[in-house]
Amino acid sequence: MGTLKHYADRFAPLLAFVGVLLAWEAACRLFAIPAFVLPAPSAVIASTTEIGAGRWVQHLLATVQIALIGYLVAILLALPLAVMITHSRLLSRTLLPWLIIIQSTPIVAIAPIIVVTLGAGMLPRVVITTLIAFFPLVIATATGLASVPDELLELSRSLRASRSREYWQIRMPYAVPHIFSALKVAITLAVIGAVVAEFVAAEVGLGYLILFATSTFKVPMAFAALTLLVACSLLLYGVIVLAQRLLCPWSLGKEAGQ
Amino acid sequence: MGNVIDLTRVCQTFVSSDGSPVTALQDVDLGLRKHEFVSLIGPSGCGKSTVLRLIAGLLKPTAGTVSIFDRPVTEPRDEIGVVFQKPTLLPWLNVLDNITFPMRHKYGHVDAKDTERAQALLSTIGLADFGRKRPGELSGGMQQRVAIARSLLHDPDILLMDEPFSALDALTRDEMSFELLRIWSERPKTVVFVTHSIQEAILLSDRIVVMSARPGRVAEIIDVPLPRPRSLATLSDPVFTALANDIRVKVFTRKPE
Repeated sequence: MGTLKHYADRFAPLLAFVGVLLAWEAACRLFAIPAFVLPAPSAVIASTTEIGAGRWVQHLLATVQIALIGYLVAILLALPLAVMITHSRLLSRTLLPWLIIIQSTPIVAIAPIIVVTLGAGMLPRVVITTLIAFFPLVIATATGLASVPDELLELSRSLRASRSREYWQIRMPYAVPHIFSALKVAITLAVIGAVVAEFVAAEVGLGYLILFATSTFKVPMAFAALTLLVACSLLLYGVIVLAQRLLCPWSLGKEAGQ
Repeated sequence: MGNVIDLTRVCQTFVSSDGSPVTALQDVDLGLRKHEFVSLIGPSGCGKSTVLRLIAGLLKPTAGTVSIFDRPVTEPRDEIGVVFQKPTLLPWLNVLDNITFPMRHKYGHVDAKDTERAQALLSTIGLADFGRKRPGELSGGMQQRVAIARSLLHDPDILLMDEPFSALDALTRDEMSFELLRIWSERPKTVVFVTHSIQEAILLSDRIVVMSARPGRVAEIIDVPLPRPRSLATLSDPVFTALANDIRVKVFTRKPE
């Protein structure tokens, strides 16, 4: 019984996944659901041969490239902004309303405007991706920088250490767990941003491919692109989780460290 | 005057959240002699921690003067080590690096001598083999011992302790008190020890400063005539028990003036 339970525990998620796929396949065949309503998994797989592997890689890389560049720009913008917000009350009061306005603007609504303003090409796509990814980073980093216990700041003051050392040796490391949480949220947001940008103006990328495929009723291919997009998002998320485990193992919670 | 620390007619006023001034300390006079162990005790809000922060140079008195070695305190000074209520160790550094952290934080580097001293301090606090562990792997009592070692690294003349054992369980507390007495006898220092515990104050101190609240004042200074070194037997000494009752009456019956 013990080993059975052990195996059940281990393979339950995989079995559930396979089960859902089989049920989906069976439902599509049994009820003869048309492919443009809900394509069967087998049809989705078959559709991948409609364009060459080289084209798939091209679309995938285009999306990943935009997502990663936007993500990096978001990080480079967010960290100094967070420091400014925690450093001065005046800056915090000046900057925060703008950040909240930017965050409250629906990215899908502003994307076409950005494309018109900045033209076609990579720039508007990166800007759209950055806009959606940077807000959680700023807020989480600022929260982390401010989460340092008062007593530690008093220790720093009692040593007459400089403000820059206070930031580099105490506040920044303290913010690391917060920053990593935000990095995980932001990477999935960056993928969303890249796809939204591709919906508006692009001639390559998985977002473009989904738009193109659905406009010609190639729904199985759209599903294939969607699957690839989800896999890509999960993979990038996994990279961040791995980076945290390797670079800052102390920042993981107790239960995660076991 | 020959005192190590002198507070002369010190007043401290804060502005409360509704904008009205609150007097935290009023006309506090206090002198601490060399290598003396003095506890500050009193109800919450009597300004015990404020006195500590004034001596540490983290606060400036609204009126009066705070002097260390006859020089007025205008900013934090090197003669002082501080231990807080919580260990406040840095979770990303190992124990040894936590003890040498003040050097790295202040001067930007840690030399071999600092590391050597930190290792010696680790032996003193009975954690010689724990240098490479992370704070998260240590118990609360061990963490607070590391915090004490950190405050002793630059061998300060004065040690300021703000309820350092209040977050620990009762058994660990007693153990830590004896541990502190042992360290203090090995490296004599002038200690200012803020506490809520009458028993802890008597066990550790040469003198106990009883404070009253709103506004915070020195109500009474009591000598502790118990011989040193003190041990578990001290706790059952009739003098100890009598003194504890005496102080309890003073702390609880004192009405705000």
